[in-house]
Formats: sequence, structure tokens, C-alpha cells
Amino acid sequence: MDASTLIFFILAGLLVLSSLLVVFLRDVVHCAMALVAALLIIAVLFVMLQAPMVGVLQVMVYAGAIMVLFLFVIMLLNPRTLEQPRRAWWSLGGLLALLLGALLIAMLGKTETWSDPVAETQIFGSPEMLARSLFNDFVLPFEIASVLLLVAIVGAVVLAKRER
Amino acid sequence: MVPLNYYLILSAVVFAIGVIGVLIRRNLIVILMSIELMLNAVNLTFIAFSRFLGSMEGQVAVFFVMAVAAAEAVIGLAIIIAVFRHRQSLDPQEMHLLKW
Repeated sequence: MDASTLIFFILAGLLVLSSLLVVFLRDVVHCAMALVAALLIIAVLFVMLQAPMVGVLQVMVYAGAIMVLFLFVIMLLNPRTLEQPRRAWWSLGGLLALLLGALLIAMLGKTETWSDPVAETQIFGSPEMLARSLFNDFVLPFEIASVLLLVAIVGAVVLAKRER
Repeated sequence: MVPLNYYLILSAVVFAIGVIGVLIRRNLIVILMSIELMLNAVNLTFIAFSRFLGSMEGQVAVFFVMAVAAAEAVIGLAIIIAVFRHRQSLDPQEMHLLKW
């Protein structure tokens, strides 16, 4: 087992652990902290997969902006009452999700690794290559995404505004 | 070099954990966070396939998924704030106006 595989297994264990904490911790703030940890580990995995630009975006947009938004809403609403777990739903939901996970693993586990098309020395995944792909082939989706974000801003203001 | 199916299995596991969160939790904010977790599991598959196919399209797709996820989080949290203002509760069980 070489070093990168070892690092992958450590990261995978931490990722699964923090994902489980997101789902099973009872305090909402603790869940949010566990989610930040999971997002950071996923960012490290992105960097391992030669996607440094997306990894940086992951840290800034997800672990930064979106999680700050979540924490801000948690502080704003301050839901002190801890939820009571429902045993029936726990078993049913857990069973369904385990079934889904087993199916996905059975399907995806057989995927064969192709011979490595990207040499480690290439600039694959650099911001330059991402920008070339984004602004040559995906200009229209990019513009539509900007419109979507504008709509989201207007929608959030309208929804969260206090009614008169 | 880590094989592709390790990444795929890892993201399948994380996705299933996110599904568990959506199914069993009774807090709207935690449900939204589980959805973010599922989106990130799919992003990991995108990046892994992008790496192993040697094409940039996967990374661009992740870029767009991030934009849509940001919009989704903003709108979802605004709806949660509006609902909390009306009902003083984050329990989805108590929102049964359209249920019979």
C-alpha cells in the first residue's frame, strides 16, 4: 500500500465519521460543525484528484459562505428544544438508506480503473484549464447560473422579509 | 495511485448517510444540511470521473452544482425562517396544512 492510498483511507474514515456525526448528533450547531469538517475533507480529496481550483472553491463557497449562512440562521432562530427521535422512522429510514447504499456500492464497486490518462506533471485541473472549459464550452450555462443566483437573492429577500 | 472505485464507494457511502439524515431527522435545518452532504457526495463522483477520464467537464459540472447548491441553501433557509416565524417550530411533522 503506497502513501496516497494510506492517506485516502485516513481521509475516507474521517469523512464517513463526520458525515455520521452530521446525521446523528442532536444539537444543530454540532451538526453544522461536523458538516464543516466533512466539507473540508472533501476539499482535500478534490486536491488529491488534481482539482485544486474546485478544492479552493469548495473551502471558500461551501465551508465558508454556505456554512456561515447556516450558522447565522441557527443563531437567528435559536431552536433550543432538542428533537425527540422517532424509533419507527429511525429503523425504517435507516433500512431504506442502507439498502440504497448497498445497491450503489454493488453497482459502483465493479467500476474498473482506466489506465491513467493524466500524467502527474501536466497542468490538468489548473484554474487556466477550468476557465478555458468554462468560457468556451459552457458560456451559456455560466450566464444562466448568474441569473439563477440573482433570482435566489431576490427570492431570499422576499421570503425572509417581515410581513406588514 | 488510488483506484477509481474507492472514490465511488466512498461517495456512495456518504450519499447513503445523507439519505438517512433526510429520512430520520425532525429538524428542517439538519435536513437541509444532509441534502448539502448528498450534493457533496455527488460532487466527489464528478471530480473522480473527471480525473480518471482526463476531461475537465466534471470539474465544470461541480462548479455549476456549487452555484445551484448556494441558491438552494439561500432559498431553503429563507423558507425555514418564514416557517419558523409562523409556527415557532422547525419540526416538519407539524407542517400539515396541505396534508390530509
